[in-house]
Amino acid sequence: MSNINDIIKPENLVYKKADALSDNIMHYCPGCSHGTVHKLIAETLDELGIQDKTIGVSPVGCGVFAYNYINCDWQQAAHGRAPALATGTKRLMPDHYVFTYQGDGDLASIGTSEIMHAVNRGENITVIFINNGIYGMTGGQMAPTTLVGMETSSSPYGRDISIHGYPIKITEILAQLPGAAYVTRQSVHNATAVRKAKKAVKKAFEVQGKAIGTSIVEIVSTCSSGWKMTPTGANEWMTENMFPNYPLGDIVDKSKPKQEDLEQFPLK
Amino acid sequence: MGELKLMKGNEVIAEAAIRCGCDGYFGYPITPQSEIMEYLALREPWKETGMVFLQAESEVAAINMIYGGASCGKRVMTTSSSPGMSLMMEGLSYIAGAELPCVIVNIVRGGPGLGTIQPSQADYNQATKGGGHGDYQSIVLAPATVQEMYDFVELSFDLAFKYRIPAIILSDGVIGQMMEKVTLGEFKPRWTAEQIEQMSGSWATTGMKGRKMNVTTSLRLQSEDLEKHNNNLQAKYRTIEKEEVRFDEYMTDDAEYILVAYGSSARICHKTVELAREKGLKVGLLRPITVWPYPTKRLQELAQKAKGMMAVEMSAGQMFIDLKLAVNGKTPVEYYGRMGGMVPSPSEVLGALEKQLIGGANNE
Amino acid sequence: MAKVRGAVVVDTEACKGCSVCVVSCPKNVLQLNKQVNSRGYNYSYMANADECIGCGNCGLVCPDSVITVYRAKE
Repeated sequence: MSNINDIIKPENLVYKKADALSDNIMHYCPGCSHGTVHKLIAETLDELGIQDKTIGVSPVGCGVFAYNYINCDWQQAAHGRAPALATGTKRLMPDHYVFTYQGDGDLASIGTSEIMHAVNRGENITVIFINNGIYGMTGGQMAPTTLVGMETSSSPYGRDISIHGYPIKITEILAQLPGAAYVTRQSVHNATAVRKAKKAVKKAFEVQGKAIGTSIVEIVSTCSSGWKMTPTGANEWMTENMFPNYPLGDIVDKSKPKQEDLEQFPLK
Repeated sequence: MGELKLMKGNEVIAEAAIRCGCDGYFGYPITPQSEIMEYLALREPWKETGMVFLQAESEVAAINMIYGGASCGKRVMTTSSSPGMSLMMEGLSYIAGAELPCVIVNIVRGGPGLGTIQPSQADYNQATKGGGHGDYQSIVLAPATVQEMYDFVELSFDLAFKYRIPAIILSDGVIGQMMEKVTLGEFKPRWTAEQIEQMSGSWATTGMKGRKMNVTTSLRLQSEDLEKHNNNLQAKYRTIEKEEVRFDEYMTDDAEYILVAYGSSARICHKTVELAREKGLKVGLLRPITVWPYPTKRLQELAQKAKGMMAVEMSAGQMFIDLKLAVNGKTPVEYYGRMGGMVPSPSEVLGALEKQLIGGANNE
Repeated sequence: MAKVRGAVVVDTEACKGCSVCVVSCPKNVLQLNKQVNSRGYNYSYMANADECIGCGNCGLVCPDSVITVYRAKE
């Protein structure tokens, strides 16, 4: 039986932090899905070798500081407007990769107009959409995606559909638009889910490279602080309650990873 | 040399953008400025210079497309009219906070609310006092002729990039819709990626190739940081106030009474001065070309010898306040204006001048 | 048959003690330490190091990217 220090050698490395992640300690709460999604983006930038031609657009919400953690050029948008910034950027910098990072308040409430029209135009951008059914940053208020009956600081007796209406399935709505090239819903609550989500994020950027329309990855996420749960308890609650409302899997996939397609778009 | 043409004010804005090497236009239709977008759509500049043109889904989206494009060090422009400008104020505040250059044209119409599509100058305060939230300024140029509509597009881009600040061309439906002769300048090439990297590589989001990452943001969560940022902005604004004041004078050398008016009001007052001179009245005109920075210093000088000054504007005395602040009690100051899309006539202005100032009826 | 052995290195100062890695471990290798780091978090550690197979699950799920995983055949 070997000593543990005999195993900890560069040649035995199987998993390490992505190079494109900064060394800043994230401000997110323990167990927050943001951090996991950040690293999937960072790993994608590393693996596709596109870190130096990627421009991110950060939202208003906890993800506003994404630029402190993922090393690439960033723009910081007003609440909900990230797809408009991304549109302006991509139109003027078509040989760069442009992605937005948006929460459910940002994308599904205040920014519905911007996301709908960006996708409808088929902007060649990637949208990473974090859906945790709550406004995390402002203190756990009800979001358009909040589940029926779910208690939040602005719906303390639970979301009442007679008052607040229904949880919006914005991703399914966006998937209807002809400009959507790749639309998928994933999560990062366990290792299997993270592997799938990683594939989805990477694919979304590859789809952008093919310039065939908008690629959208929704990550059904937890907000353990806003939900007032432990991080692992939040993952369990999400599995039981969020997934039935927001089922995981691909919704639209117009990518055809044929060799000639890859050669046609020399972005990578 | 330039090309002499008879063109509409709005069309000239579009042609100027193409010729001065603008990289992108993002806008939303609104009367009385839709010809700008229509001209571009018909002209297809993307075929000629590579300039991007996109009709956005709203003014909110348009200004944020500008925010994105400006972040990349590109020369980007949007145009709108008053109600649309209100929607753009959020984005403008972010752009100002992030210290980004861009050009915004406001062909002002009567308000408040939906108001009218007739010309007005009632967006003066919005343009010259920031307009959105927070302490910020935009450089504001007020053209009085179709030629100036043309010239100020390139000038606005130059000033916007010199100071990394939004530049607003504050015009109105009179000049936007007016046809006049205009000398069009030479075509200038759009900046190359290398030029942009060289000029704006320290801040623009062009991809972090061979350098550290850039972030364009207005967010500074720590109060100490944000106060420092605000102090830097204010220092920049003081420099602009010192360096970039532009104005025009007409018959002010011997003038006893001075009209102060910008844009289309200045055209009217120009005629008023002539009518007054015919009557033997020593009247002159100071026309602010930059309404921010305002020609405060020159007005102070003129106030030393003038018997009185009168602000003439198509708004309820918005510029009048800046004139009063500039003159600071050194000479009587009056206001005359029309609102709601009504345009004063030269004789009407002369009548007001005679009644309010020359007749000694003023009570300043 | 060669036995696969793994090792997990936790950046204890950056760990926030969320336990997501603890529940993701198929071999119950990881636990939260009774000690806290300078920021007051009970950081994750290999309580049962001999059982680690270096599957990498803990690294994959770690939101703060504080886990590095190694694997070797004996």
